[in-house]
Amino acid sequence: MDARQVDRCKPLLFVLGLFPLARWVWLGVTDQLTANPIEFLTRSAGTWTLVCLMVTLAITPLRRLLGMPALLRWRRMCGLYTFFYATLHLLTWAWWDQGFDLAGMVADTLQRPFVAVGLAAFFLMSLLALTSTRGWMRRLGGNWQRLHRAIYPIGVLAIVHYWLHKAGKNDYAEVVIYGGLLAALLGWRLVAWWRARRLAAA
Amino acid sequence: LALPGKANPQFALMDATTPESDVTTYNNYYEFGTGKGDPARYAGALQTHPWQLSVEGEAGKPRTFAIEDLLKLAPMEERVYRLRCVEGWSMVIPWVGYSLSALLKQVDPTSRAKYVEFVTARQPGNMRGLSSGVLDWPYVEVLRIDEAMHPLTMLVFGVYGKTLPNQNGAPLRLAVPWKYGFKSGKSLVAIRLVEKQPASSWMRAAPHEYGFYANVNPDVPHPRWSQATERRIGEGGFFAPKRKTLPFNGYAEQVASLYQGMDLRANY
Repeated sequence: MDARQVDRCKPLLFVLGLFPLARWVWLGVTDQLTANPIEFLTRSAGTWTLVCLMVTLAITPLRRLLGMPALLRWRRMCGLYTFFYATLHLLTWAWWDQGFDLAGMVADTLQRPFVAVGLAAFFLMSLLALTSTRGWMRRLGGNWQRLHRAIYPIGVLAIVHYWLHKAGKNDYAEVVIYGGLLAALLGWRLVAWWRARRLAAA
Repeated sequence: LALPGKANPQFALMDATTPESDVTTYNNYYEFGTGKGDPARYAGALQTHPWQLSVEGEAGKPRTFAIEDLLKLAPMEERVYRLRCVEGWSMVIPWVGYSLSALLKQVDPTSRAKYVEFVTARQPGNMRGLSSGVLDWPYVEVLRIDEAMHPLTMLVFGVYGKTLPNQNGAPLRLAVPWKYGFKSGKSLVAIRLVEKQPASSWMRAAPHEYGFYANVNPDVPHPRWSQATERRIGEGGFFAPKRKTLPFNGYAEQVASLYQGMDLRANY
């Protein structure tokens, strides 16, 4: 696909990103949100945040592997969808779990690494979302890319958050899948970076 | 199958009962998978006929009971109990059965019977969750003998006036309403009276998170979440606030004396 085709598919990508939201509405209307809809939606929002994050991180490797540099034009939307679902995930906690009680939220964060790690990832992610505009790209110049490399630690924090959540029940099957995916996506970058360095040295 | 019980007014509750459809579709029964919907989906494979329960160990008259005998051992009562899951949700469930003490008295526990170990079914071909390694199987739970003999501790054969669905622990299970739900083993195959405290499955799997007693206690948080409040299943929709969790799940009057002088923060 060239740049024009990638652009033309953008509305399609936008609609695709709304799929989780549409699915929740559908499940709600048809009474399929399980006996504990609040827990279901909380976890589902977390899972979709991870999925969007993986898709966002897959754009760069895909550009190279498919020889389609124009795919870069999808990356911001993928990143913003990640932030969108992360925001919903955070809201489920703030609203349903904590009842927007600020003191309770602070206490919960200080007492539980599981919450603190999730919040740290969200805080970093909101910086990236805030600076995702063309204006901020221009203003930050070379620092923009440096800042947006924070997506790697964000990925690691997200997996740690998920792992801590599952730890008490020794139930790591899904954590291993997402963790493995993240390791592959970050590992690919490491290899690419190392090769480039060797080439430059030669 | 119908399994009526005579309502026991001593164990009635003012709380509204949880819808039957929630009680039978939202379960933790890891032998069939860790998802809440897995048990309802896959527990049909559990083989419940014939069924025997052996009551063994430190007993004057150890014995194996067929399920048919257990159903006739004592009059069936309907008791409405709160169920508080360690995960922070709760239900109100009309169980059918009788006090476990009625069964234990049959085998004459000796003075060395200090603990009661509950062993649940392990059916490799029928339980798709056994391969997952989340826990060591079979699932084992333990009570102190005085906890096991307490009238609240119930041997359960039915729910909502019917025999237990497989996902709820057919054909017989335990209900210990002042403890977190995982203490109430499902699909029991053996009850062992022992002198030394055995480790339960959860104590072995995650000792820092699960203690021996697992009494419902709003003041002792789980390492990853607070236990101060709970979400009552089927109550209120998205805008309902959570409920405050009660010490001993609201049964303090009946059971607090069992733990007199104990530090419940240390013995969680």
